[in-house]
Amino acid sequence: MGCVEIRGISKLFGNVRAVDHVDLATNEGEFLVLLGPSGCGKTTLLRMIAGIEEPTEGDMVIDGRVVTNLPPRLRDIAMVFQSYALYPHMTVYKNIAFPLRARGVEKEAVRKKVEWAAGMFKIERLLDRKPRELSGGERQRVALARAMVREPSVFLLDEPLSNLDALLRTSAREELRQFQRRVGVTTIYVTHDQVEAMGLGDRIVVMSQGRIRQIGTPMEIYLWPADTFVATFVGSPPMNLLDHGDTLLGFRPETFLPADAVEGSEGVVTYPFEVTYLEYLGAERLVYGTVGEKSHARHVVSRLPGSLTLPLAAGKAYPFAVALRDLRRFDKKSGLYKEGVSS
Amino acid sequence: MSAPSVSEPAAVAARGGILDRESALAKMMIAPAILYIVAMIGVPFVLAVLYSLSDATTGDPSLKFVGLRNFAAALADPVFRLSLWNTVFFTLASQCIVVLLSRLLATALLKNFRGKWLVRFLIMLPWTAPISLGTIGWLWMLDSIFSPIDWVLRYVGLLGVPGALLGAGTNLYYLGVPGLAISSIILVDVWRILPLATVIQLAGLSSIPKDLMEAAEVDGATPWRRTLMITIPLTLPITSIAFLFGVVFTFTDLVVVYVLTRGGPVHMTQVLSSWTFFKGIEGGDLAQGAAISLFMFPVLAAVAILILRMARRTEVV
Repeated sequence: MGCVEIRGISKLFGNVRAVDHVDLATNEGEFLVLLGPSGCGKTTLLRMIAGIEEPTEGDMVIDGRVVTNLPPRLRDIAMVFQSYALYPHMTVYKNIAFPLRARGVEKEAVRKKVEWAAGMFKIERLLDRKPRELSGGERQRVALARAMVREPSVFLLDEPLSNLDALLRTSAREELRQFQRRVGVTTIYVTHDQVEAMGLGDRIVVMSQGRIRQIGTPMEIYLWPADTFVATFVGSPPMNLLDHGDTLLGFRPETFLPADAVEGSEGVVTYPFEVTYLEYLGAERLVYGTVGEKSHARHVVSRLPGSLTLPLAAGKAYPFAVALRDLRRFDKKSGLYKEGVSS
Repeated sequence: MSAPSVSEPAAVAARGGILDRESALAKMMIAPAILYIVAMIGVPFVLAVLYSLSDATTGDPSLKFVGLRNFAAALADPVFRLSLWNTVFFTLASQCIVVLLSRLLATALLKNFRGKWLVRFLIMLPWTAPISLGTIGWLWMLDSIFSPIDWVLRYVGLLGVPGALLGAGTNLYYLGVPGLAISSIILVDVWRILPLATVIQLAGLSSIPKDLMEAAEVDGATPWRRTLMITIPLTLPITSIAFLFGVVFTFTDLVVVYVLTRGGPVHMTQVLSSWTFFKGIEGGDLAQGAAISLFMFPVLAAVAILILRMARRTEVV
């Protein structure tokens, strides 16, 4: 149980294709992240899985059952909304109990389940409070407990961490990951934050303009982007791209280093790197500059580890290099990844 | 060159004067409202209290203190007691119907459909028309001989033929038969308040966040359960406000009864406001009229307090 299969799903809002022929299947118990910029259709896709939005075409299959025309309550899914959507007039206890009571679960069983769910998220002491008396982090836990309390076969999360402050977000991310591992429920998680996606996902689905650009593990997505969109959307700063005939050469900023520091048993490519601006960030230095002739110079960023204390100054040029094995090639027209390594 | 540039800020400050002093400005802005309340509500209220304790008539408005005699006389009067009961009954009956209908209408108007603006416009129309003109329109609709409602009933065979469901007579005499007259007053009261209540309910319904309803849907609640557990509790404060507003308007209304039945047949539809008018103005007994009207005061004061408390509760949520 707990497999979602999306078959040729599209969603049109008027003439706008919010989701465009998406095919996707989750593995059992996996943590799948839908990643993309705002407006890429990831939330719409999640809402169609939940059954809140109806697809214009295609089929939704959950655990081998076609659920395309079923209302959400018959899909055995649970969802956490970006706003948490807690019922403001109910106590935390009643909020968590709501999905059970909606299913006609007997009162004593409801109490046990609510206590179990509250214990899992350590919110037992909040059960008598109203949502407006809770902090952002507590609300998020209540929303998670409410979603988990009836043990759904699929767990849907719509940017559940975006309302938390930066510090809390990091710890909430870690907790969420551990919790999902423990419960083992198939989880689909929507975010526009690549750090969240990389940190949480077993696999990441990168979306843009309603289409899937790439599906892969965080490492595959980062190291072997399927096209220039993925290459520049994932990674901060994004992958550098240089013109090379009908090809674009791509390399990550941390692979673009002073020529002496690059070891390349399979060979290296060296560029004169004209430094324009330096950022010192403690653990690392970001070096901004250009590569190439004045007329068609391209902006390039290098990320140097803090341990590399080599003095650099703006306005000067230095020999920088990339190892051949770190070089990626993309078709200039389509932006798609090209096999093979070239010098 | 430097002299004028130095004196300029000082001049600006002097000119800013009163507009910059917020406390003085606030007093000036609130003054007309206070003046209005004192002149149009405070003075008449004090006069009503004074009259009710006196023996003033339209012929002799001099105030001679007679204690609570007017109140005792009012309570002893069966017409007054009937008016009091009618006022409460008409108000509660009409407002319960209004709450139900306005919720239905608001729910329907929340959906998107063709011609929505037209329906909204038509629903708002009774509110924009002067209440007296609207009621005169109803007077024609409920006419004892030319009522178009009777005409339609006759046309479809429910009235005016032997064995018809509503009788063999040619007319129903809406305003001449006690039960029908009472129903007619309530109907017009409902018609009168429904637009306001619908608008208030619509505001309440659309203030519920959309994802709250979606969350309830995903949580497995059927539409009926969503209404019962989410929509109704969340809109209860604003529904109460709609209800209480309706109570105030209907409780104090004179026009509907005055235009339609003048309290008839035989005082069966008499309400406090109409009885006040007939006694105090047409009958000339200012003191009695004032005493009767003051019986409205405790109810209205209680409703006002409730409205204020409700309003605070909606602010919190």
